[in-house]
Amino acid sequence: MNQPTHIAGATCRDAPVLKERGQREVFCGLTGIIWLHRKMQDAFFLVVGSRTCAHLLQSAAGVMIFAEPRFGTAVLEEGDLAGMADAHEELDREVDRLLSRRPDIKQLFLVGSCPSEVIKLDLHRAAERLTVKHAPHVRVLNYSGSGIETTFTQGEDACLASMVPVLPKTDARELLLVGALPDVVEDQAVDLLTKMGIGPIRVLPAHRSAEMPAVGPNTVYACLQPFLGDTAAALDRRGACMIQAPFPFGEEGTTLWLRAIADEFGVDDETFARVTDAPRARARTAIANAAKALQGKSIFFMPDSQLEIPLARFLTRECGMEAVEIGQPYIHKGLVGPDMDLIPAGPTISEGQDVDKQLDRVRAARPDLTVCGLGLANPLEAEGLTTKWAIELVFTPVHFYEQAGDLAGLFSRPVRRRELLKLEAAE
Amino acid sequence: MKLTVWTYEGPPHVGAMRVATAMKGLHYVLHAPQGDTYADLLFTMIERRNHRPPVSYTTFEGRDLGEDTAGLFKSACQDAYDRYRPQAMIVGASCTAELIQDDPGGLAETMDIPVPVVALELPSYQRKENFGSDETFYQIVRALVQPMDRTPQITANLIGPLALGFRHRDDIEEVKGLLYEMGIGVNVVAPFDATPKDIAKLGQAHFNVLMYPEHAETAARHLERTCGQPYTKTVPIGVGATHDFVAEVAHICGVEPKKDLSRLRQPWWSKSVDSTYLTGKRVFLFGDATHVKTAARIARDEMGFEVVGLGCYNREFARDIRNLAKEYGVAALITDDYLEVEKAIEDLAPEMILGTQMERHIGKRLGIPCAVISAPVHVQDFPARYSPQMGWEGANVIFDTWIHPLVMGLEEHLLHMFREDFEFHDEAGASHHGGHAPKPLSEAPVSDLVATEPEVPAETGGDVMVWLADAERELKKIPFFVRGKARRNTEKFAAERGVSEISIDTLYEAKAHFAR
Repeated sequence: MNQPTHIAGATCRDAPVLKERGQREVFCGLTGIIWLHRKMQDAFFLVVGSRTCAHLLQSAAGVMIFAEPRFGTAVLEEGDLAGMADAHEELDREVDRLLSRRPDIKQLFLVGSCPSEVIKLDLHRAAERLTVKHAPHVRVLNYSGSGIETTFTQGEDACLASMVPVLPKTDARELLLVGALPDVVEDQAVDLLTKMGIGPIRVLPAHRSAEMPAVGPNTVYACLQPFLGDTAAALDRRGACMIQAPFPFGEEGTTLWLRAIADEFGVDDETFARVTDAPRARARTAIANAAKALQGKSIFFMPDSQLEIPLARFLTRECGMEAVEIGQPYIHKGLVGPDMDLIPAGPTISEGQDVDKQLDRVRAARPDLTVCGLGLANPLEAEGLTTKWAIELVFTPVHFYEQAGDLAGLFSRPVRRRELLKLEAAE
Repeated sequence: MKLTVWTYEGPPHVGAMRVATAMKGLHYVLHAPQGDTYADLLFTMIERRNHRPPVSYTTFEGRDLGEDTAGLFKSACQDAYDRYRPQAMIVGASCTAELIQDDPGGLAETMDIPVPVVALELPSYQRKENFGSDETFYQIVRALVQPMDRTPQITANLIGPLALGFRHRDDIEEVKGLLYEMGIGVNVVAPFDATPKDIAKLGQAHFNVLMYPEHAETAARHLERTCGQPYTKTVPIGVGATHDFVAEVAHICGVEPKKDLSRLRQPWWSKSVDSTYLTGKRVFLFGDATHVKTAARIARDEMGFEVVGLGCYNREFARDIRNLAKEYGVAALITDDYLEVEKAIEDLAPEMILGTQMERHIGKRLGIPCAVISAPVHVQDFPARYSPQMGWEGANVIFDTWIHPLVMGLEEHLLHMFREDFEFHDEAGASHHGGHAPKPLSEAPVSDLVATEPEVPAETGGDVMVWLADAERELKKIPFFVRGKARRNTEKFAAERGVSEISIDTLYEAKAHFAR
């Protein structure tokens, strides 16, 4: 169903991939904590790491979170490096102290970092030990968000994957939506599917540990984000079955994503049309408005959020842009394959990064818009290039019909701004 | 292990990056995993720099660990040299690379890099950002400075200003101005905008102006030892300190202490009638030691505030700050745990906080106005306009910045008189903070307004203290910005007299008592 019939010739899925290894300009997986700690309201994320990890979280959060955050860093000190036994004792003490101060915590994630991986601090064993100690009140899990293993959004994948083995078992036929979305968007997705008569619908992660979904051989699941490869593999191991589809960005992506689920649940065309026609029309109008500034413009994606391929599909097919290069930190064709099928071959597809070489390519191409991380945006603007920093794509509601116009707007705003500003003296 | 939520200082290699980014013609090769590149955005986003920091990361991954991370370092080093052709390089490791013990300095030495390469040893698990900047600048100076003849004219080096510094860019201009008044030239400013070649010329100056002891004291001592250059001990932040600084420079150079005070408005603004309301405002100070030290003097002597507590997060200066606190008759708080700072502020219930970005959060949570005096800071503390902290203009800027979060003099009276007015009502806050004003009285249910009292919690000592309903109502008639003080004073007064029920009379007796 999802194979488009109207594209002639090769697609991006078959294009050769430029694989690069060198300096990367991306966040590490720890930064996933920034949104996960607000999403799971009774969870706490304890990074076992260095002062750098604490500083990273602070900088990535921009010190913007005024409520007391549900994350912290257990900073390793000299003594912790000397003897492993000591580090475990220290960790237990810090966890005890934390849990006594924050009795609202029901799930505790011990998050591995670069230093804790290098000294081979066994957080899995620590999590098991602490689970026994603090059961049944608190469940302790662990995953790695380290920069030597994960990039930016991959941290969410590692976190969700760590939860899958402990989800309760069920034989019921249920739809599981996988991925942390802003509540408003999550509700919209559930609402659209419910109106088609699909249910029961569960979401991973749930807001609270008591609401965590069950999983089993009759579970079918759909990913909401293109970076959830490990979570998908873990669900497969539990016998669940993935629904493959392009990701729900833009009108087309949302429709294809919903259609794939509707087909799985035997929803007829008439019902599908009744539920989706009105929001589809709204989305098309909204995109058309925002896309005026994007028509015919070129775009270059530096690797950052793992959303690059689905976004390139949206921007080239629905907003009339032309992709020069689509870079992703890593390409998992099992997830982004359906999106790649929709993009005609042409743009360079790159995986990994060697930032200096990639910047040379950006400068040579002089794209109308460059999507990149925060460290590169201002330097590129100073060189006269227009940029869209990738971080908003993760923090802003951008999925599904009602946000399709906003998503296009995120890209058109920097372009319109460049056209608006008249800062040089009239000559 | 120590649990931390927010930190005042980053790791030491971030201090090194601040030095490298401030300079020109220098490149830093940092052995680090990919996540450590986050530090770039401190400069490009928070400071809005228009170029990337001159740092190359080796970006090793998990699968490299069993293999040749040393080779990765060497190729990154060679690539960085070939691409950027710097005049000098610094090499070092971040916390993770420190654990794999590749010795960047030793590796770089085995290569044929035709410019000076300075190796940094920054123990990540013991030290922090300010140590990193101080040590890095010292190592660069030690490696590059050349013996040279003094300049014919009297000149100074300005040392200490660096990237991500609190108003360093503008402070440099102020200090240059102060020196030019006395006919003293500037030889080199470093690290800010200096090249390695400039560093080599540091020895030409007659003395050093140590602008920020946190970032350059070790270098200043080194230059004193090796080049015979004295360095200034006064940091010219505030009117008094700037006078002292001019006197100190004049003494070192044997010249007249000339001053152009024509642009200095702070003293008159502070003496003007409108400033009467500032009298005895209770302030709490926290930040880096240098800024706290200078701010304490300004607060007490130049603004007429009462300093009720002070502290710093950089332990290297703990002794200084303890001595200072003694002089002010308060306890010093030396900590890098922001929860401890929050606790201290909660206990002291000051009327204003002079702090960092962290204290801005604390102030917001506790409903206490806050002005920022020190790093760490936010993007809004890198203003487009000229706004130094040092020198005469710095004193003017500080006056404005500090009083801005407070309710103005005449407005205080209006709030007293028109408490029920829909625009001057109790919860509206200062009128110049439009964004923070809650909904007007007419739209809010009355019960809400009576029930919300986000002030200082009642101090309950051994005896439980009860506010009688009348007294509680009377207390609410007092404007919000002095209500916390009134409540605290009343309870203190009651506790001293063993009174456990507070009536209207207790409230007014306490008022009379403290008004002595």
